[in-house]
Amino acid sequence: MSNAPQALDGVNVVEFGGYAAGPHIGKVLANFGAKVVHVESRDRPDGFRLQYPPFAGNKPGLNRGGCFSIFNDSKYGVTIDLKKAEGVELARRLVGWSDLVIENMRPGVMKRLGLGYEVLSKDKPRLVMLSTCNMGQTGPRADTPGFGSQLSALAGFCGMTGVPDGPPMLLYGPYIDYIASTLGTSAVLAALVRARRSGKGACIDLSQYEAGLMFMGGALQDYFATGRLADRRGNDDSEAVPHGAFPCCDGEWVALSCWSDAEFAALAGVMGNPKLAAEKDFATAEARHRHKQPLDEIISAWTRYKTADAAAEALQAAGIAAYPVVSVAGLFSDPQLAARGQWRVRTHPEMGDQAYSFPGFDLKEAPGDITGPAPCLGGDNEVVFRDLLGLAEAEFETYKERGIFG
Amino acid sequence: MLLPDVLVIDATDRFGWLAGRILADLGADVVKIDAPGTDRSQPAWRAFNVNKRVLDADPAKPADADAIGALLAKAEICLLTPKPGEGGGVLDPDALRKTYPRLVVVAITPFGRAGPRKDWHATDLEVMAAGGAMSMAGEPNGPPLRISEPQAYSWAGTHAAMGALTALVRRDATGQGDLVEVSAQSSVLIAISHAPAFADLLGEKPTRAGAFMTGRSIKGARYRVFWPCRDGWLNFIFYGGIAGRRTNEQLVAWMRERGADLGHLADIDWARFDPTKADQAEVDALEAPAMKFFVTVTKREYLIEAHKREMLGYPVSTVADLVTDPQIEERGFFQKVPGSNSDEIYCGSFALIDGKRPPLRYEAGTPLAGEQPKPRRAGGRP
Repeated sequence: MSNAPQALDGVNVVEFGGYAAGPHIGKVLANFGAKVVHVESRDRPDGFRLQYPPFAGNKPGLNRGGCFSIFNDSKYGVTIDLKKAEGVELARRLVGWSDLVIENMRPGVMKRLGLGYEVLSKDKPRLVMLSTCNMGQTGPRADTPGFGSQLSALAGFCGMTGVPDGPPMLLYGPYIDYIASTLGTSAVLAALVRARRSGKGACIDLSQYEAGLMFMGGALQDYFATGRLADRRGNDDSEAVPHGAFPCCDGEWVALSCWSDAEFAALAGVMGNPKLAAEKDFATAEARHRHKQPLDEIISAWTRYKTADAAAEALQAAGIAAYPVVSVAGLFSDPQLAARGQWRVRTHPEMGDQAYSFPGFDLKEAPGDITGPAPCLGGDNEVVFRDLLGLAEAEFETYKERGIFG
Repeated sequence: MLLPDVLVIDATDRFGWLAGRILADLGADVVKIDAPGTDRSQPAWRAFNVNKRVLDADPAKPADADAIGALLAKAEICLLTPKPGEGGGVLDPDALRKTYPRLVVVAITPFGRAGPRKDWHATDLEVMAAGGAMSMAGEPNGPPLRISEPQAYSWAGTHAAMGALTALVRRDATGQGDLVEVSAQSSVLIAISHAPAFADLLGEKPTRAGAFMTGRSIKGARYRVFWPCRDGWLNFIFYGGIAGRRTNEQLVAWMRERGADLGHLADIDWARFDPTKADQAEVDALEAPAMKFFVTVTKREYLIEAHKREMLGYPVSTVADLVTDPQIEERGFFQKVPGSNSDEIYCGSFALIDGKRPPLRYEAGTPLAGEQPKPRRAGGRP
């Protein structure tokens, strides 16, 4: 790992759990210098290690999963058998080393393990602990397990995505988990600020369901104020028109929007048809909304002879918001993302080179980085327990012999 | 409150509204600087600017610039959404860093402040396109689609809040402020989860799957994800594995209790069911009786039964469903501002801290001082 000074140098984090919602928090903290230890066991490794593709070389393996690696770069990986009392004791010692604990087990699991906040904070009142799960730690359905991909439906996202007469649309992956993880990152950082200023720790209960609703704020506020039910409306916007994605000659699409008559006039000019903006069917936003279909056809007839990049460049030159609809593969060649250093290749001992994604923010004077690849299962047991936690050689060997690093 | 003594100046457009809201929810005193004439009647403005106080100010006017300067002198964080070609002035990010060495300055822009497309114009739609999210939503043979209500602004907002607080931790440790740069395009990338890893590790080209789950069957079968029900849609998938087995067994048990026609479902040994090996005819055969059953079920009934039976799956909610969900109600997520005369309801603070949800402190549009300004309408890009 890199030794360059970073913003969160000196912040120690322990993670219990797996998949996305918890580990993504630790990944962001690790990218800015926190020492983050991801705790698993050999009996129950992080579910993202084996349960979902992709795997490097298409060969499944505990240390070959792309799903796991992208949310765990820059961290240390250890294994502890939490079914054994000595394992729990070791976990508590690790918590004693840490400033933050992040867990995304089902509600009550940490307490049953003897690792609940009440116990952990007794010896460490400055401890910050975040628990995140589907529904939150309390409430009539607190015990509901589930996948973020399905929770996105409960939270309203799928029902509002799609065309008016069609079915709801699936969002890729556990969309809502990342709303929770990004909000949760802010919560633990704010709690860390308070802990350092006042000495007071915090216990944070983050419901992924409620976190998701923060991104539905406008639709909810509208419902509270007017009773209006937001529904699927394709790419339409109540104000901007045109507002959508249009097919291009290279098989790609270009997204564009016009937010005023002046912008539409500029679009008409770019398309080589400046008189279009004066036609009664298109002269005002209200008219353009009424004649959306013929308008979309006119725009498509222009974009069909352009590549998505060429169309976007021509539109931007005229002051119109536009961008190619970047495919997943295209994200690796997008010039703007490349200029930002979005993808940072690190070499994993089993997976080889992998492009890790950097967070959407950076600090100019204390920039973050992908400081290393994701850890192999238990790959940092010696470093963490000997060097970071300071176990004596005999202690380490005893734990090892008794199978505590299980 | 986690940030009780932290003053935040929020001089942002929609790309930054949620960032200020997050900091306010965490206890910071957030003062929103708005141009005179800003429309505050729109639902999105109110949703993402509640819990802040507002100062109407034009930074180009000396008196207003002085007022902003007085706030900045006390502030720890300043959130900005600078526009291309609008450098200089009292809210210029680089100038602020020099003037206030301990200030955390956060500059939120669609594409970051460096790179060949840094000055490109964009709203939610174009940023969702640029960040790959649109390419993954919609039918496989149809146009790429936006996701629900505008999302790019919120992704930028969560990343800006993370950046601001990362820099605040460093400020407390070193005494130094920082300039945090947020790219909305880059912030959106997390929305497509692990999809980029397919392209990077395997050279595959993931694309949108519409309303069905594809890629699970080695025989190319697609599985239904959304099912029409009595009053809308349900989300249910015939999964395999331990969780899938329980879910499928419980669905059959529920159907049997209700006297539903089990059809092909009656013959399946769920302990041996492997969704990766089914072809489309087999999938169609097991989905047909489920389809007939689900149209007799309401969303709320499904929510209750799925929970009771520990089945995976949820109803596809509308906003009306959300506001009456007992889980949400019991945790007090939707809130009025305590002590306010207004009946306006908002999403409350996003997390419980030490067992309590911090109450909202200010109605949307509460002035920093003086009379409540009247909402006014303005046009143009968000």
